[in-house]
Amino acid sequence: MSSQSPAHSIERVRKGLGKRYAAEKRFRFYGVASIAIGFAFLLILFASIVGTGYPAFTQTYVRLEVALTPQLLDVPVGATPQQLSNADYDGPVRAALRERFPEVRGRRDLRALYGLISTGAAFQLRDLLLSDPGLLGTTQTVWLIADDDLDTFVKGQIERELPESERRIKDNQLEWIDALRAEERIERRFNTIFFTAGDSREPELAGIRGAAMGSFYMLLVTLVLSFPIGIAAAVYLEEFAPRNRFTDLIEVNINNLAAVPSIVFGLLGLAVFINFFGLPRSAPLVGGLVLTLMTLPTIIIASRAALKSVPPSIREAALGIGASKMQTVTHHVLPLAMPGMLTGTIIGMAQALGESAPLLMIGMVAFIVDIPGGPLDPATALPVQIYLWADSPERAFLERTSAAILVLLAFLIAMNALAVVLRKRFEKRW
Amino acid sequence: MQSMAVATQPIGELEVGARAVEPELESIAASGTVGRIEVEDAKMRMREVDVYYGDKQAIRNVSLDIAPNEVIAMIGPSGCGKSTFLRCLNRMNDTIEGCRVSGSLLLDGQDIYAREIDVVELRARVGMVFQKPNPFPKSIYDNVAYGPRIHGLAANRAELEEIVVTSLQKAGLFGEVKDRLHEPGTGLSGGQQQRLCIARAIAVSPEVILMDEPCSALDPIATARIEELIDELRQNFTIAIVTHSMQQAARVSQRTAYFHLGLLIEVGETASVFTNPEHKLTEDYITGRFG
Repeated sequence: MSSQSPAHSIERVRKGLGKRYAAEKRFRFYGVASIAIGFAFLLILFASIVGTGYPAFTQTYVRLEVALTPQLLDVPVGATPQQLSNADYDGPVRAALRERFPEVRGRRDLRALYGLISTGAAFQLRDLLLSDPGLLGTTQTVWLIADDDLDTFVKGQIERELPESERRIKDNQLEWIDALRAEERIERRFNTIFFTAGDSREPELAGIRGAAMGSFYMLLVTLVLSFPIGIAAAVYLEEFAPRNRFTDLIEVNINNLAAVPSIVFGLLGLAVFINFFGLPRSAPLVGGLVLTLMTLPTIIIASRAALKSVPPSIREAALGIGASKMQTVTHHVLPLAMPGMLTGTIIGMAQALGESAPLLMIGMVAFIVDIPGGPLDPATALPVQIYLWADSPERAFLERTSAAILVLLAFLIAMNALAVVLRKRFEKRW
Repeated sequence: MQSMAVATQPIGELEVGARAVEPELESIAASGTVGRIEVEDAKMRMREVDVYYGDKQAIRNVSLDIAPNEVIAMIGPSGCGKSTFLRCLNRMNDTIEGCRVSGSLLLDGQDIYAREIDVVELRARVGMVFQKPNPFPKSIYDNVAYGPRIHGLAANRAELEEIVVTSLQKAGLFGEVKDRLHEPGTGLSGGQQQRLCIARAIAVSPEVILMDEPCSALDPIATARIEELIDELRQNFTIAIVTHSMQQAARVSQRTAYFHLGLLIEVGETASVFTNPEHKLTEDYITGRFG
């Protein structure tokens, strides 16, 4: 019995103590190390995206004196707005460049000279003239959008020292750029086009507005469908459904669906919504339907967990004073489960916002220049736009890809912040 | 006798003893309940009630009357079925999956398990107070007003307010909370929360109030308040209370029912059950030999 004496036990406890504390320390160290690794990766990711993406938020403009004469525009004097809108606006831009560099001769050199200014400059002039037809026949000093090659050069992404054959800006162009710079005719400004334009083949004219609107309509459809359906399903399964084989089967299936690769949902959407129901291709409506299928399991699972976490005493209390099952659920259980349900929904929506694979299947990967005006217009989505731009060879699209990722991340952060705010707001003590 | 052997088991081995007595259940059951189960003008009349949880029988052949305006205490060791029996009285067991109730349970002569009985209406007539205070995470006012609201008991705001105030007064809580009716009910102390739950139960003017160990989570002072309250409530309501504390049963009840392993062993006037128990099991329990 001596091994059972208090003194002996204390001694044994003491012996073991060092080991126990060491184990705890080790465990803590592992935890801190994993967090540090995760944080480091996050930092690297952000640094690289921000590093590549931030130049896209500025755009280079070139100041030129443009003579808006009827001859250059190829319209009669006193032209009607109809004639003005069909005029040749490249003429004045080219004339302005020739004016500034009269020594340039020869087709090739001229083409290189004209290549400094974006084709979008013509639209700038058109908008200018249409908004004020009185400018016809005058000479205006205008900041014109520079071509993406000039833009990337100004941003320091094309090195002067490289041999001419390896750079996009040729020697003669370098000369002209230096001349323009000396006259302070080149300036970098905030890139509003990036936020107001749809997609374009020209990087300097491409924007994310179209993709963002496509994503918006798609998420709208997803939210409108998946939130009520998901919550109704969760409430029914958790509060009303009897526990039997059939409900077990449903539960297993829901959990399985949550793990199905999203591209499968895309194929399903293609087969069912587009081929069978004949809904339009590339439409945010179809995208929303597909993403609804994808987010439903997430929302149902999160909502059921939230319902489960409502203490049963609250249900008993309500039932005990004669509330019906329905009243118990709507008056007491749902309000208490709402923060969890909202969190689940927003997480599901964030997932949907970042999803690209199923959208490829239903044609939302198309090159669409127009900004969609509704859920039935052809559109693309932010992640798909990122995919499309990442595939483009122009150096300027590289930075736009990163910038689009930044915008997507900003949306995701905003959505998750909203989830936190909503949870705080609806959370109640019991 | 086997039952005596159980009684002499040390407390720590009760579980073993309880299992050993299982084959003897039939003989105890056969001898029937000791004492008078019947009363005149019974408010509730239960006959030959059996309750099963799946395959397990929790209540065996229990018959008992509850008289109007009495406090009847149900006592017995843990797992004896007293709470199960209590929860049959307003069909709270309906919510438990796999629970079956048979036998006849009458409220004012009407079978409460009959098909035409609306369980919502039944629970408005037979209210319940639970073991752990469970106020809604709403204001004190809304907690009490909830029942009258869903049953449409008040025609207007003033009437509702009157119901809330009188209920709180009857529960002896009004004086303490009258300045903070719109503060959360969960902010009250444990004893106050339980009185709030009692106020919430009486706000729908039930005929019977079931209390499932209402004081087990409370300190002695709060317990004393609730016990006083139960005594006052007897004027207007019929009360069935399940308790682990024999002193409490002795203090608040007029009649006491002793349950053991799902059987109703003995029932009678509280004074006589406690001073002069007729059944050996009752005596062993009351004298503290087990349980």
